Amino acid sequence: MKNQKSAVALQGRPLKKRLLDNWQLYAMLLIPIVLTIIYKYLPMYGIQIAFRDYKASRGMFGSEWVGLKWFERFFSAPTCVRMLKNTILLSFYSLLWSFPIPIILALMLNQVRFQRFKRTTQTVLYAPHFISTMVICGMIRIFLSPSGGLINLLLGSSVDFLTESSAFRTIYIASGIWQDAGWGIIVYMATLSNVDTSLYEAAKVDGASLFQRILHIDIPELRSIMVLNLIMSAGGLMNVGFEKVWLLQTDLNKATSDVIAVYVYQQGIENAKYSYSTAVGLFNTAVNIVLLIAVNKIASKISEDTSFV
Amino acid sequence: MKANTKSGKLSGFSERTSDIILVVICAVILLIVAYPLYYVLVASVSDPYDVYAGKTFLLPSQFTLDGYKSVFADPNILTGILNSFKYTIVGTVFSVIVLYLAAYPLSVKDLPGRKFLSIFFIVTMYFGGGLVPTYLIVKDTGLINNMWALFLPGGVAVGNMIIVRNFFENSIPKEMIEAAEIDGASKWTTFIRIVVPLSRSIMAVMVVFSMVAYWNDWFTSMIYLPSPEKAPLPLVLRNILIKSSASASQASTVSGGYAELNKMTEMIKFSSIIIAAAPMLVIYPFVQKYFEKGFMAGAVKG
Repeated sequence: MKNQKSAVALQGRPLKKRLLDNWQLYAMLLIPIVLTIIYKYLPMYGIQIAFRDYKASRGMFGSEWVGLKWFERFFSAPTCVRMLKNTILLSFYSLLWSFPIPIILALMLNQVRFQRFKRTTQTVLYAPHFISTMVICGMIRIFLSPSGGLINLLLGSSVDFLTESSAFRTIYIASGIWQDAGWGIIVYMATLSNVDTSLYEAAKVDGASLFQRILHIDIPELRSIMVLNLIMSAGGLMNVGFEKVWLLQTDLNKATSDVIAVYVYQQGIENAKYSYSTAVGLFNTAVNIVLLIAVNKIASKISEDTSFV
Repeated sequence: MKANTKSGKLSGFSERTSDIILVVICAVILLIVAYPLYYVLVASVSDPYDVYAGKTFLLPSQFTLDGYKSVFADPNILTGILNSFKYTIVGTVFSVIVLYLAAYPLSVKDLPGRKFLSIFFIVTMYFGGGLVPTYLIVKDTGLINNMWALFLPGGVAVGNMIIVRNFFENSIPKEMIEAAEIDGASKWTTFIRIVVPLSRSIMAVMVVFSMVAYWNDWFTSMIYLPSPEKAPLPLVLRNILIKSSASASQASTVSGGYAELNKMTEMIKFSSIIIAAAPMLVIYPFVQKYFEKGFMAGAVKG
């Protein structure tokens, strides 16, 4: 009652008074807003250099218009198809493997009843997430070294895995799972902690096994967050991380490690082909947006269908 | 009656079995995650020839701290470590302040324009200018080779801002803020005296996230800070770990010729990995218990 009254009172005040009352809050927002305009919105506006021939002397917004020239150049580049294919396959396989693993881990860990052990396991699982990609890739290179690397020592072989293009995706995905699957369980663990424990007790009384409890209590609880995560990752399907691919790329594994993100960096920063690189990046984003919309449509269709089951 | 106790026993037994199976599986997973780090740690204090001969799977062989000594004797790595500390400290202080400045006003329900402002920030989570346009703006604002190129272009970490905003909305009692304002405190005073002290837990998480991001970053430094003397630790390590080349300064300090230099380079690899990874691995367990809470608060209404 009291709350309602004050809400009405707030609504009733003239806008000018409310703006004035809050001037300190707007002042606080000043720095964040200015930074966002300069370093986030201005670059978005600057995407137009993808359609211009950028010359430093004429600037981002004054260089000559060239239409779709840079896009045409990209599509006729000899490695264009290979890069597209590598980008999509690398993230598709990544998604395929790294999406279910955190869910399985969380479902298992959630059922562990020894709190101490559970806590320690979580701490250790999070650890690799806090290590720099540079260090991770350094470790990968050491472990995969043909002479005395851990993997070769264990296998008793001397294969130089990083020169094998057939091994690149496996290396990328396996190390990605090692690094981030543990961190990925957080959101699922947090969701599972909302499950009413009396449900488990009731299920036990009814004679449900551990597996049945997971299947009928835990998984339904996780469904909406799973769908959300899947949509988010599918929408980023073209966003192959630049860092790891670049650090693990060698001249000999390019057949599978050549991806758009690396190309955008090499053309844009190393070769200073600003307009061309922006065009390639923009194309990548456009594909992403289309994918995001498509996946979103499919997901809402599926959840509609299953709600009738 | 009899049947009842029997089934009770049976389910008790299967409960124990499933407990054991679960613990064993988790232990195997623990081992897979922890062993690579343990192996590097052991190798960093062992003789590199023994490491490559496979003698250090469990324990160090010919214990030595030479690797760490040569890391700290290398001027490039030392500069890298100092730079990394500087960037991490300044960047974290700056980012957390900006984060709070954005999150608090947006958590005030009756702020006119709140919805528009939220969207203004959230859009940047999904759309960006991309690598080159951002690079050109950073260049045009004169930040090349300036430390602030690492902090300013990041702007507001929107994902984290939403987590903090939701924390303010859900975990800080409205009555306290209203009471303070009735007593004549300004919005700013309320923020500093009430909101900031009451949000210490979420601030700890944000500080750790920010520290980890700056300590581990090398890509931003690589493009915006081209001077070698400004490189943070991970970027310095790129020469050692990825390109596998000894620096000239190392070559000049080693007297034993090529073989000795080679040995030294290998040792430095292991010890520098430990030095780069250790600080963050030591810090995060302290705020671990807040992670889940924070993520939940952020997921509620993203």
